[in-house]
Amino acid sequence: MTNPIVAIGKTTINFFQNASSVLSLLATTIWWSVFGLFNRKASGSQSILNQMVFAGVQSLLIVFFISLFTGVVIAMQSAYQLRTLGAVIYVAPMVSISMVRELGPVFTALIVTGRVGSAITAELGTMKVSEQIEALETMALSPVRFLIVPRFLALLVMLPCLTVISDFVGMLGGLIVGVFNLGLDPYRYVTFSFNFLTWKDVWTGLVKSVAFATIISIIACYVGLKTQGGAEGVGKATTLSVVVSFILIVVFDCILTGLFYFSNM
Amino acid sequence: MREKEVVIRIENLVKRFQGRPVLDGVNLEIHRGETFVVIGSTGCGKSTLLRNMIGSLKPDSGKVFLLGNDITDLHEDELDDVRMKIGMSFQSSALFDSMTVAENVSLGLIEHTRLQKSVIDIIVKMKLELVGLRGFEDLMPSELSGGMRKRVGLARAIAMDPEIVFYDEPTSGLDPITQGVIDKLIIDLSKKLSITSVVVTHDMKSAMAIADKIAMLYDGKILEVGTGCQIQKSKSEIVQQFITGCHDGPIHFFKQKEDYLDHLV
Repeated sequence: MTNPIVAIGKTTINFFQNASSVLSLLATTIWWSVFGLFNRKASGSQSILNQMVFAGVQSLLIVFFISLFTGVVIAMQSAYQLRTLGAVIYVAPMVSISMVRELGPVFTALIVTGRVGSAITAELGTMKVSEQIEALETMALSPVRFLIVPRFLALLVMLPCLTVISDFVGMLGGLIVGVFNLGLDPYRYVTFSFNFLTWKDVWTGLVKSVAFATIISIIACYVGLKTQGGAEGVGKATTLSVVVSFILIVVFDCILTGLFYFSNM
Repeated sequence: MREKEVVIRIENLVKRFQGRPVLDGVNLEIHRGETFVVIGSTGCGKSTLLRNMIGSLKPDSGKVFLLGNDITDLHEDELDDVRMKIGMSFQSSALFDSMTVAENVSLGLIEHTRLQKSVIDIIVKMKLELVGLRGFEDLMPSELSGGMRKRVGLARAIAMDPEIVFYDEPTSGLDPITQGVIDKLIIDLSKKLSITSVVVTHDMKSAMAIADKIAMLYDGKILEVGTGCQIQKSKSEIVQQFITGCHDGPIHFFKQKEDYLDHLV
């Protein structure tokens, strides 16, 4: 039986090795992304566009539905409480602020992790176990430049776009409840929604979505490239990628919220 | 007679996996223009040797000189410069699933040369003609048979006019006629394009058909090197058992019986 101290030691070393490899992959990806701006072949641009369509455009429907119902639920839950205080109109800023600051960026990131991050890991994992990654290297083509940079850049652009859409759709959900259930005037509802929003709410939400895009793409690609052991390995890698991304998104959300709203920024 | 230039030299190559030596002091010289076949039973380390030759794996000790460069010591960029002069045909073909046959073959040309698209299209057709697949440019890898995939992999390997082509089990999993076609293709490519070919296989019939020289890998070491004729007449019992495929001999398929009871209980 393995000594528990040895097991803890091994796990700790493994954790730090993986963390340093992920950071190193991130640095290489950023370097190739910048270098690639001056040295972009036609195939690279096409690849980024394809990834943007897959990660962004094709995620629109699911982001729309989840954000809409999130907005509806927040409006109903807060109205239930605010009604006792006679402050039902404050449902509007409640929905808009919670969507723009928190729920828009986080929910969109979680949706994209499940839909896009898992697909990236499965695709790269399959390429790894079927020797396609090795084939790229043998052809003197960097897998980072060829596979990771297009996915990284596509998510970096599309996740903030999806987040903005999610924010608006969430507010629309709140508006539906406000107008049709609570009997509020739509103009007053919209004015209240935007009057309480500050630019800080908007930019902090967008900074979060950029951080989440980085997490999703780098974790998905890293786990994909480390895949071993055939179909079972691809399945395990995909699960691992989604679980790690979920945890990191929530942890970084907490850190960034603390930084933006509980420090002197 | 003038000695041909050595294009690959391996000195005391040692490679271990989890402490177990797979290659244990391999020494080898391969000359320009020859078709060199490495034979050995399944799992004896042939593919590991091949991957050390192309720099995909780093040895634990020893040197690998590829076209005069010690690739065990090279930085990734320098290794890429050497890799531009080699081609590799993978056991699983390793074709890029998301690309057509033509895109697979042209990838190296697009990424590494400044040739116009029209010129690249002509080169792709020429390479596909060499492997008997002209007219299949627009098919996806999933639409090809196993033999056709191998041939596309071969066309991709020779697309950049390499000095050396490495073949990992080129005939495994194919019917006898397709095996014969692939063997003839390897011989033709070596003769028509004066390419040095390094083939790793356990198929003796194929080895005898294509080899200028054969090396037998056994127990992590090169047991014998010689022409097909010399290998057939070898006095080594191990080589003879491998050639004849006899189940009884010095190469043990089963583990030693002495410790069987201990292992059971």
